Amino acid sequence: MRFSNDDCMRAIATIPNQREADLISRIKAGERDLFYELIQPYQRTVYAAAFSVLGNASDAEDAAQEAFLKALTHLGQFRAEAKFSTWLVQIALNEARLRIRKDRKGLYSSIDEGAQDDDGEYFPIDYADWREIPSETLQRKELKEALQRALATLKPIYREVLVLRDIEHLSITETAAALNITEASVKTRLLRARLMMRDSLAPGFDGSWSVGSPTYKKVRPF
Amino acid sequence: MIEISCEHVILEISNYIDGEITLDLRARMEEHIRGCKHCAAVLDGTTNTLRLIADGRAFEGAFDLPAGFSERLRQRLAAHA
Repeated sequence: MRFSNDDCMRAIATIPNQREADLISRIKAGERDLFYELIQPYQRTVYAAAFSVLGNASDAEDAAQEAFLKALTHLGQFRAEAKFSTWLVQIALNEARLRIRKDRKGLYSSIDEGAQDDDGEYFPIDYADWREIPSETLQRKELKEALQRALATLKPIYREVLVLRDIEHLSITETAAALNITEASVKTRLLRARLMMRDSLAPGFDGSWSVGSPTYKKVRPF
Repeated sequence: MIEISCEHVILEISNYIDGEITLDLRARMEEHIRGCKHCAAVLDGTTNTLRLIADGRAFEGAFDLPAGFSERLRQRLAAHA
């Protein structure tokens, strides 16, 4: 029997999923010490999801670790209707939101207010022309700090979607499942998040990150 | 070709970048953007922003696991198992 390249690629793609399904079955059957092996590839994504809600490393670690413990406790309820990684991210997001509610009882308005904000329109600031940013500029400390500041200023509902989709590279479908919102809402929030990031970064984009570089005068000739 | 407004272009700019629009809408947006400096600047800026975000160096360290995270997790899982 001969296999085409497509057959081979499909077979290779199913290996990790099959291995994951086997691990889940064995853990459910009682081999709980295999759980770390199961979640090991998803530590960063789960931590990033918690960070996207909480905005600081210490709280994000607490929430992410608690989420893994809850996932172990409730693994029996995982029915494989969603990807296992999506299920983990859902637990982490819930855990992080729970912490915000506990910490800011009576004061936690931004998440719920923001959730009702979806249909409002956002108009980008009318900055003039932008130029391509030279690759070496990416390594500049000011740019990294500006990006992280811009991300921190987003409301959680926008930060969550941007982190999952554009930083952790989940698909639109996976992002919708993780956040328990529709794909249309993911797209709406993503548009807003991206435009707000653009507006926050724009003053630097027109040349200030490139001061002293040979491209500076081309970017900002006056 | 039916013209579209700046508002319509801005509303679809994220879907345009993700390739989540029809070929017809893409063609109408490109026609608009060719003649509209404002929308062209929004598209360039948003594309640049995404390029920065997607580049691993931009958030280098920001989402890295804190030192000792995995070890602490293993210990907690072992205590929990």
